[in-house]
Amino acid sequence: MDFLRPASWEDALAAKAEHPAAVPIAGGTDVMVEINFGHRRPEHLLDLGRIEELATWETDRDTVRLGAGVPYTKIMESLRAELPGLALASHTVASPQIRNRGGVGGNLGTASPAGDAHPALLAAGAEVEAESVRGSRLIPIDAFYTGVKRNALAPDELIRAVRIRKARGPQQFSKVGTRNAMVIAVCAFAIALYPAERRVRTGIGSAAPTPVRAEEAEAFLAAALDEERLWDSGARIAPSLAEKFAGLCAAACDPIDDVRGTADYRRHAVGVMARRTLTWTWEAYRAAPAADRREGGAV
Amino acid sequence: MSTHDHTPPGAATGPAGPPPRARTRKATGAPTGLTQGSRARGGIGESTLRPDGTLKVTGEFAYSSDMWHEDMIWGHILRSPVAHAEIVSIDVSGALAQAGVHAVMTYDDLPTDVRYYGLEIQDTPVLAHGRVRHHGEPVALVAADHPETARRAADRIRVEYRELPVVTDEASALAPGAPVLHPDRAPHGAHPNIVHRQPIVRGDVGAAARRADVVVTGEYTFGMQDQAFLGPESGLAVPGEDGGVDLFVATQWLHSDLRQIAPVLGLPAHKVRMTLAGVGGAFGGREDLSMQIHACLLALRTGKPVKIVYNRFESFFGHVHRHPAKLRFEHGATRDGKLTHMKCRIVLDGGAYASASPAVVGNASSLSVGPYVVDHVDIEALALYTNNPPCGAMRGFGAVQACFGYEAQMDRLAAELGMDPVEFRQRNAMEQGSLMPTGQRVDAPAPVAELLRRVQARPMPPERQWETTEGADVRQLPGGLSNTTHGEGVVRGVGYAVGMKNVGFSEGFDDYSTARVRMEVSGGEPVATVHTAMAEVGQGGVTVHAQIARTELGISRVTIQPADTGVGSAGSTSASRQTYVTGGAVRNACREVREQVLRMGRRKFGTYHRAWATAKLLLEGGKVVTDAGEALADLADVLGDEAVEAELEWRHRPTRPFDPHTGQGDGHVQYAFAAHRAVVEVDTELGLVKVVELACAQDVGKAMNPLSVVGQIQGGSVQGLGMAVMEEIVVDPVTAQVRNPSFTDYLIPTILDTPPLPVDVLELADPHAPYGLRGAGEAPTLSSTPAVLAAVRDATGLDLTHTPVRPEHLVAAALAAAPGRTARN
Amino acid sequence: MRVHFTVNGRQHEADDVWEGESLLYVLRERMGLPGSKNACEQGECGSCTVRLDGVPVCACLVAAGQAEGREVVTVEGLAAHAGQRAQRSGGAPARSEGGQAALAPIQQAFIDAGAVQCGFCTPGLLVAADELLDRQPNPSDADIREALSGNLCRCTGYEKIMDAVRLAASRQGEAARR
Repeated sequence: MDFLRPASWEDALAAKAEHPAAVPIAGGTDVMVEINFGHRRPEHLLDLGRIEELATWETDRDTVRLGAGVPYTKIMESLRAELPGLALASHTVASPQIRNRGGVGGNLGTASPAGDAHPALLAAGAEVEAESVRGSRLIPIDAFYTGVKRNALAPDELIRAVRIRKARGPQQFSKVGTRNAMVIAVCAFAIALYPAERRVRTGIGSAAPTPVRAEEAEAFLAAALDEERLWDSGARIAPSLAEKFAGLCAAACDPIDDVRGTADYRRHAVGVMARRTLTWTWEAYRAAPAADRREGGAV
Repeated sequence: MSTHDHTPPGAATGPAGPPPRARTRKATGAPTGLTQGSRARGGIGESTLRPDGTLKVTGEFAYSSDMWHEDMIWGHILRSPVAHAEIVSIDVSGALAQAGVHAVMTYDDLPTDVRYYGLEIQDTPVLAHGRVRHHGEPVALVAADHPETARRAADRIRVEYRELPVVTDEASALAPGAPVLHPDRAPHGAHPNIVHRQPIVRGDVGAAARRADVVVTGEYTFGMQDQAFLGPESGLAVPGEDGGVDLFVATQWLHSDLRQIAPVLGLPAHKVRMTLAGVGGAFGGREDLSMQIHACLLALRTGKPVKIVYNRFESFFGHVHRHPAKLRFEHGATRDGKLTHMKCRIVLDGGAYASASPAVVGNASSLSVGPYVVDHVDIEALALYTNNPPCGAMRGFGAVQACFGYEAQMDRLAAELGMDPVEFRQRNAMEQGSLMPTGQRVDAPAPVAELLRRVQARPMPPERQWETTEGADVRQLPGGLSNTTHGEGVVRGVGYAVGMKNVGFSEGFDDYSTARVRMEVSGGEPVATVHTAMAEVGQGGVTVHAQIARTELGISRVTIQPADTGVGSAGSTSASRQTYVTGGAVRNACREVREQVLRMGRRKFGTYHRAWATAKLLLEGGKVVTDAGEALADLADVLGDEAVEAELEWRHRPTRPFDPHTGQGDGHVQYAFAAHRAVVEVDTELGLVKVVELACAQDVGKAMNPLSVVGQIQGGSVQGLGMAVMEEIVVDPVTAQVRNPSFTDYLIPTILDTPPLPVDVLELADPHAPYGLRGAGEAPTLSSTPAVLAAVRDATGLDLTHTPVRPEHLVAAALAAAPGRTARN
Repeated sequence: MRVHFTVNGRQHEADDVWEGESLLYVLRERMGLPGSKNACEQGECGSCTVRLDGVPVCACLVAAGQAEGREVVTVEGLAAHAGQRAQRSGGAPARSEGGQAALAPIQQAFIDAGAVQCGFCTPGLLVAADELLDRQPNPSDADIREALSGNLCRCTGYEKIMDAVRLAASRQGEAARR
């Protein structure tokens, strides 16, 4: 095994071009488990830990460009206002020690359906900034997950950053696990409201071969909110509406039975989380001053 | 590279630290009849601090996985990927050809004809012989210069398996034509796949049942729990110049290991020198051998020190688990709430090898009534051989499974009768003088009703503690940090349970401990040295031994020597027995030393003071004093440069085997009792549980070290909590393969799953036990699981029959009603 | 490969390190610092918690090469680390016992409160708890539980660990007021 220690991003891209099978390692929280247990013996480990820009983020008026290696702890602590859904999801990742090392780049690279960041990234409509010596491209999150633990990256590409629009409405994230901390998701759900666009986006984790959105549920909810003029009135959402939304979210799942939970339970739990997180986000939206609501400002 | 030599821990002196604030409530109890050392500082009854505490907080305490030798190589075990197969062939040439490999061994390389071992029944092959019987069974050994080299070499061993049908439960194990796990074993019951069976019959169940106003039957299942000690199985075997071997290892019982290891190596026992390395928890999981023989074999084969450290995956295959059980109960009661009769059948899955199954059966059957008076019983417990992972000792074994069942029954009966569940239990609670279903009289305090009263009388934790001015604090809600509820769907429930556990080894086992105590002058001060082979696994035996020595010898400086096989057996650190039995041995050895010292004093100084001959003499404050408090001599002067030493064995009262047909017999020596009240909050929509408080009351006879005993009670309670809501090794019923051998998927409680654990300690002395003490380690593990389950039932109204309860059990109705259910085959 | 990094203020190096080795393995097997523990090697138990450039991490999930040139604090260096912090903040200098470096307040509190049983989780918990008290001198119970939620203990049921952290916090507070 070779341990490649590029000092710069350019060097890292060159190394990945030269050794497309090299396994990138940043926080190590996925890769090292596999190596410690002999489940994976890569020819090359590509250490991204020395590339400072990966651990930083930049913001402009609308967007956060989140370095692939920004630890979850930093997201929780410093980007709660800009990326509330992802910050909530970050807080549910494993343990404090893991949150101090792991970042969204690892979640995306591994592309496990159980990665905690995925639902929040889906709901936020993120774009993955993939780069190789051939150039850089933005992959919409909706097109990123291509199969169980597979993603749209080319073999020579590395994830430089994730571009996420700053929240312009309430966001929530919820995850079911059978322990109150340090637990892999049985299933997870994220929701983001976009009052200015009168849209809703969702993300579901661990309930299908890949992280998915509940697109039908999103469309239904957007239409219902419009039809009942709820964005304007700020009135409560009727329980029946929330229930319908929840049912559509559950129907968007394609889960399996495994040692962490049954398919039926996952579908059910996604529905419950969908209903609750919709309620929480909508209550936050209603609680915001009417002027903010009209402007669609962050709540 | 730096070199370092980790000497085994334990050689620490135990100064009396400042007593921390006691959290124990003193209860009145019978006097313990102390005559010696009641004023000794750091003696029994004080919360003295651990002698190994400083080493443990600085990282210097050398655990078995920390052992290191300059020339050492690494051992690794190739394990079976399938549960049941014939081994057609093994080709080790690829492994041997790999650079850095020092040895590869299979069954054919074993040095003697003794190739099987076992705690009670020698049915476990050192390495698989022609057949594997469970997933993860050791097949071959590799020694190499680096753990990764050894792992890779093991991957190059080609084993051809021809898979055989698996038996995984009673139906498949006892079916006509079922594969027989151990065809060579003499039948022990109706079928060769029954490891052990114990019926207990007493009274006239049929007649009693006719007197019952209500009869409740229930079937319960108990999952497979793992000890999940944090320190992995590990150790270092160093070949000796005499052809023997020195083994540094984490175990619960050095001499039991030795008895099993030496014959396989073809060595006399004295050539296998075992020293206890630091033990990172045990809980029963180190009662059987793990890597001991394998490390020694490789060390003797290569002539090099061999270190083996299991990783967590391997650890799940490397030790036995708690027996899963199916329990069927029938209880009857009269309208006024008195139990009439009980029938039960408990089927324990022993897995592929016997391990401690016979003793587990003995406990499960003899304790299946629980701490209640029931005159008419018809009980059967049995353990099976299957192709599931071997099961054996874990904290409270046999009694834990039974308690889950009978306590669920008590709640059902109370509900049926419209009675308060605590009151119903109290009406039937055993007390001193009650008869066990085995016909044995309980001849020590049995404060069952009082323990229940105490947990019930405790104030309730406040409601809705998660509410804060800034909204819901999810850390205090079901789901915790995962942010699943802000209070929606959350319902509180309260549950009670009480249990009883036998202390010490039962059924006629010669259960003894050996202690060697020496007193001499060092630095002008009398110092005692206590040497036993007791495995300190975290429980604090070393603390208590030093306390006993201070009390008995009236001195403050005590050294606890490392545990090794240079002294006689101390028995197992299990069955809540160490403070009782090895503590008893230390006490008696100290008393023998005391008598010798007094004889020496009389010889030297008897002529100077009449009191030497006439008064009752004690050792206190480093002096010989009369019982009137007059100091006669300094111990330093009495001893001079002589040392006084005593070594003796001590045994508790003998027990008898249970009759194989009726189960009658005085099989147990002592019982421990604990009661719990659990308060839970359940997210009834998601099926997630948060335990809000888990209160315990336990009678410990004598709190030898109040701080430590409370720690034992809290730790045991939380293992029971884990069993209630999350802990289960999942074995595929079709392949008998373990599906979750990792800490990612075998979950144990975190600090966020664990509530405040108030503890009420009673001290009702057992007149038969040293200092009146009662073994304490296991009882809290019994009742905590059923108390939590009862609380969850209370919150949800569900009739939960499996532990651990899973989210899908709690929302079963919603799942059944949901559209789009997954079709199942 | 060869790696160099600072552990507890001292420069260490190790040769012939296999590239797949973890920081934990190098500390334990090559540098003579076995205080950080190897309970799960999958980031699920926290018993190998060390501070890497000040940040608590699971040493089992850091590739040895990733630690190159960095600063590591392990349980073996915790007393000195806490002592330096106390001095920086103008608190009382560390007490010393018989010429030995005094224990960090959290270490002493673990002993006094009965938070140590088998002790295998203790090193990781101490590093995590010390870092909590470093950043939050007066944590609430919920904060303590959250901060330690990545550290499994199988012996104590955690109650006495809670006691120990509260005790260390209050002693630290008293020391600061003096």
